[in-house]
Amino acid sequence: MGATTHGNNATAARLAPQVVMSDKTSQASDKDALVRFEISDLNFYYGAKQAVFGLNLKIPKNRVTALIGPSGCGKSTFLRTLNRMNETIRNTRVVGQILLDGQDILQMDVVGLRRRVGMVFQRPNPFPKSIYENVAYGLRINGFQGRLDDLVEHSLRRAALWEEAKDYLHNSAFALSGGQQQRLCIARALAVDPEVLLLDEPCSALDPVTTAKIEELMFHLKDSCTMAIVTHNMQQAARASDFTAFMLDGKLIEHSETSKLFTTPTDPRTEAYITGRFG
Amino acid sequence: MERHFEHDLEELKQRLLWMGSLAERAVHQAVQAVLDGEERLAEAVLSEEDAINEMQIEIDERVQRLLALQAPMAADLRFLLAVSRINGDLERIGDQAVNIAQSALRILRHPQVKPYVDLPRMSELAEAMVRDSLNAVVRGDQELAQSVLRRDDQVDRLRDQLFRELLTYMMEDSAVVFAAFELVLVAKNLERIGDHATNIAEDVIYFVAGRDVRHPALDRR
Repeated sequence: MGATTHGNNATAARLAPQVVMSDKTSQASDKDALVRFEISDLNFYYGAKQAVFGLNLKIPKNRVTALIGPSGCGKSTFLRTLNRMNETIRNTRVVGQILLDGQDILQMDVVGLRRRVGMVFQRPNPFPKSIYENVAYGLRINGFQGRLDDLVEHSLRRAALWEEAKDYLHNSAFALSGGQQQRLCIARALAVDPEVLLLDEPCSALDPVTTAKIEELMFHLKDSCTMAIVTHNMQQAARASDFTAFMLDGKLIEHSETSKLFTTPTDPRTEAYITGRFG
Repeated sequence: MERHFEHDLEELKQRLLWMGSLAERAVHQAVQAVLDGEERLAEAVLSEEDAINEMQIEIDERVQRLLALQAPMAADLRFLLAVSRINGDLERIGDQAVNIAQSALRILRHPQVKPYVDLPRMSELAEAMVRDSLNAVVRGDQELAQSVLRRDDQVDRLRDQLFRELLTYMMEDSAVVFAAFELVLVAKNLERIGDHATNIAEDVIYFVAGRDVRHPALDRR
């Protein structure tokens, strides 16, 4: 874990031609990745104000999809429709279809949906409980019957926090640093083994070293989880995601492989935004 | 409001073009030194080599600084990558001009092997390719870049023609071998200059349209 491992991989890729070729294979397989979410003609309204317009997007399984766009373009609103978090806001309305593994999420039990589609927010928001209880909480309310200790450890390991927190499990979560709290929130989300993790600006309050840890964590979580991340940090989208979607004024303007979107975008509005000429 | 970054990009382009004009002049003077037997021109090329090399380092440093500090994306990123490559090609063009100038000084010690007919044609073509590739950089002109690519074969054909012709002179009279061999080297250097102009034209297409047209036979998915 950590930036060092990533650096070693990059060196290996430079030195070994066969590794470079396998990288090309993985790019090819990106195009064929299985679809986790399929969003069709999605419109979203806050009362009379429409925030998302006719959005169509496929979010591939075991990949990171980044959502970028200027403030107020609807990317966070769109992200929150994926686990129906917007329903907690009064007077909102969704029109369109969102399929999770072929099932319409609007027809699902919302608690079951949010167990499958976890969320991490901009500011770390641990419960006022111990580190252990923060991770165990979701398991307890879901009636988990097995060995809690094992699952808490497993989740903290997946969130790359175990080594730092294992001796302080029963201390308050607030004693952790901001970056550790954010990883605790990720561990808490991972405890119920979600298929999808939605991340809304998860690093905006973190320093570059902690940000690198979260990005590295996302890289490793891809094996078991599909992720969608909203970020204002273009470099983060470029580093951490496989696909990027650019939104503007509630509409999806362009969606493609990240390497393509950041080097050769097709829409002039995407070009203008990512080169900093507006937004 | 114009961003500071755009001002930096424009300044970088101007420096690259200045370097291009130095390389272009070096090629012209080196070839004229051969054709007109002007030793003074060859000496001028040798004395200006450092200026081109210094420009290469300066441009590399500018590119490096902009990449590190501005984290450019899309068209800006492609432009900086292209400038970095064009910078290397211009420096190599300068080196080829120096090679020609050195050949000129050696050729001048011998009687002229033959009347120069194909060599001026070849140098005109190669110099025009360099000039047009740089004009394509200035204007972001893909069409002009494509026309540079199409001309590369003509330069190659002239080189082959010159090789054959000079070989017959060398077989007929061993006294001309030294000077004829130097002319073969001049033709080879001009052909390489055409190749570098081709590289620059390919980089123009890359930064304008995002298409990598080098090695078209490769499958890039």
